[in-house]
Amino acid sequence: MGPGSLRSAAEAGADQLRIGVFVCHCGTNIAGFLDVDAVAREAGASPGVVYSVTTMYACSESGLKEISESIRKHNLNRVVIAACSPRTHEPLFREVCGEAGLNPYLVEMANIRNQCSWVHMDDKERATKKAAALVRMAVAKAARLGPREPIEVDVDRRAVVIGGGIAGMNAALDLGDAGFDTVLIEREPDLGGRLRGLYRLYPSGREAREVLEEFIPRVIEHRHIEVLTATELTGVRGFIGNYVLTVRTGGDERELEAGVIVVASGADVLEPHGLFGYDGERVITQLELARRMSQGSVEAGTIVMIQCVGARLPEREYCSRVCCANAIKNASMLVEEDSGRSVYVLYRDIQGYGTEFEDWFARAREAGVVFARYDPERPPLVDSRGVRIYDLLLGEEVLLPADLIVLSTPMVARPDARSLGQMLRVPVDKDGFFLEAHVKLRPVDFATEGMFLCGAARWPCRISEACAQASAAASRALVPLVNGKVVVEPVVVDIDEAICRGCGLCRDLCRYAAIEMVENERGLAVARVNQVLCKGCGVCAARCPSGAMTLFHFTDEQIRAMLRAARPALLAGARHGDEGGSAGGVR
Amino acid sequence: MREDWEPDIIVFACNWCSYAGADSAGVSRLQYPPSVRLIRTMCSGRVSASLIFEAFRQGADGVLVTGCHIGDCHYVDGNERCQEMMEMTIRLARTAGIDERRLGLEWISAAEAGRFAAVMAEFVERIRDLGPMSREDRSVSSRTPGGVEEAGGARR
Repeated sequence: MGPGSLRSAAEAGADQLRIGVFVCHCGTNIAGFLDVDAVAREAGASPGVVYSVTTMYACSESGLKEISESIRKHNLNRVVIAACSPRTHEPLFREVCGEAGLNPYLVEMANIRNQCSWVHMDDKERATKKAAALVRMAVAKAARLGPREPIEVDVDRRAVVIGGGIAGMNAALDLGDAGFDTVLIEREPDLGGRLRGLYRLYPSGREAREVLEEFIPRVIEHRHIEVLTATELTGVRGFIGNYVLTVRTGGDERELEAGVIVVASGADVLEPHGLFGYDGERVITQLELARRMSQGSVEAGTIVMIQCVGARLPEREYCSRVCCANAIKNASMLVEEDSGRSVYVLYRDIQGYGTEFEDWFARAREAGVVFARYDPERPPLVDSRGVRIYDLLLGEEVLLPADLIVLSTPMVARPDARSLGQMLRVPVDKDGFFLEAHVKLRPVDFATEGMFLCGAARWPCRISEACAQASAAASRALVPLVNGKVVVEPVVVDIDEAICRGCGLCRDLCRYAAIEMVENERGLAVARVNQVLCKGCGVCAARCPSGAMTLFHFTDEQIRAMLRAARPALLAGARHGDEGGSAGGVR
Repeated sequence: MREDWEPDIIVFACNWCSYAGADSAGVSRLQYPPSVRLIRTMCSGRVSASLIFEAFRQGADGVLVTGCHIGDCHYVDGNERCQEMMEMTIRLARTAGIDERRLGLEWISAAEAGRFAAVMAEFVERIRDLGPMSREDRSVSSRTPGGVEEAGGARR
């Protein structure tokens, strides 16, 4: 912690601190397993605490009212809520305290439910002791919190959509229909994405070609949409409201400015080289089958489909979800087209989720498609005569003489998804699919503000899901576009330029390009942070050799104070190294 | 060592994965020993060597840093920076004569409630076996960086 930065009331003099502590019973969730009165009593004796009570449900209407009334009545300038997780409840308590006139960033939570009463249910004494410690730590941090104002930014009211498949086209149409100029970038020479390789779609049975013929002209002719095909994204800089994307079309490079970015870059389908005798002739993929079906060139009497090829294995654990329905649809169409055909589907588990797929499944069985379950420990064997399968229901090995073998392979992340992720500064998961900010709370947002995600780039999905996600992403992207302004969370890094030695390590470490080196008025190189770009990870603060970086709300000073408070104050004097306080305190 | 000795353990947990894992362990009522005190940071990459040594100076018998699995970091790859920092911290601890088993680094996702509880129990057990940190070791940790960082903090 550098001198001069974020000096808090705690150091200015404890008498100025007026901390209020609210210890929540959470009904019996907390109070049933630890002594909340004892916790509140001990907190009440902590330095700076002027008010400490228990409350039945801190988050209930009456609980919140009690907190805001106490702020006014006791003139509290810090609030500690000992209850549940800040991940779920901090926004609520901040808002309520803000309404009561306390800066929302002067609120701290101690998680004595999820981290204490619920996980130490058989040991009331030690759970109480631990809860008291967690509250001491939160009080110690609260004493060192400083007020903060949200950061407001103007938004460039234009959008860029990356990927011209069904998801990207949908998102662009929604954004364009709302009246916002949108550029749609597609790497291939034509729009359409994966649909270009498909034949009939489930559950409607419509041809993919028809769907595209309907969509593409609407996109191309839209007065608010500009389509750039055969165009690669080469760089992205900026932040929410003010992104600048560099794209290359042929030899021409061009910059696009936009307030928001929607990623709809799609996925690939695994090519099963080396699996089940795949040769592209007699052993083909479902995609190749779709191509042959669309050309009317499937010449086979007995067709065997094998599911989960290259999926749900240690190296690719996930279920690609779309392949069951796709195989069921193709199998029924093949039999319905020519009732003389025998079609077998060898599966591990069939998932025909939702009403439509269950109908297709019934329709396939009625049409005569045979479904046989195989054991992944004894997978089907493909040889020159056909497919040998150990049928789990029959309990014996069966030879299916096959003219054509079709492998259902999973959708896989595009090989360059990771590098695209790096360019956009958004994460991908271990399989290379993009990772949303929160699976339930922000399912089409990236953690990076102003970037959104839809379609198979996120996870294998069917077309209707890709379209729904695209509309969801577009409507999320419309929020900043419509408002024209955004507020950025101020958990960001401050640089003390007086201490900074200009080494540039922080700039090199920053994943968000939030730090640049500038010359100060004395002609010395110093780091300067763009707080709109900063995501508040604090990596730079952990690494800065000069201690010039301070991550607001997670400062060294605050964490050191929490470490000191982790043990009862009684013992503190006996502890080595305490004479001078923390190392940071020796000055 | 006394049977009833309770180690003091500091666990740093990143907001997005491990802290959420701790939350889910609570929701699932998975029981683990009450010797751990969690400190939330936004990213495991926020934790510095000096904070770890400070924890030892302030009485911790063990320090465990937890974060998102490699490849799942909310901040792209802050956890990889954390891993580098831990490797350096362990080297420093070794040089200073601190038993490196008192330091731990674990990746725990938001979904891994069971793993969170198991990792806590294991780490507490490990520190129990090592016993209380000696006064000598704590005094050694006072000379470990933390100091280095502060020394560099002079105004120019």
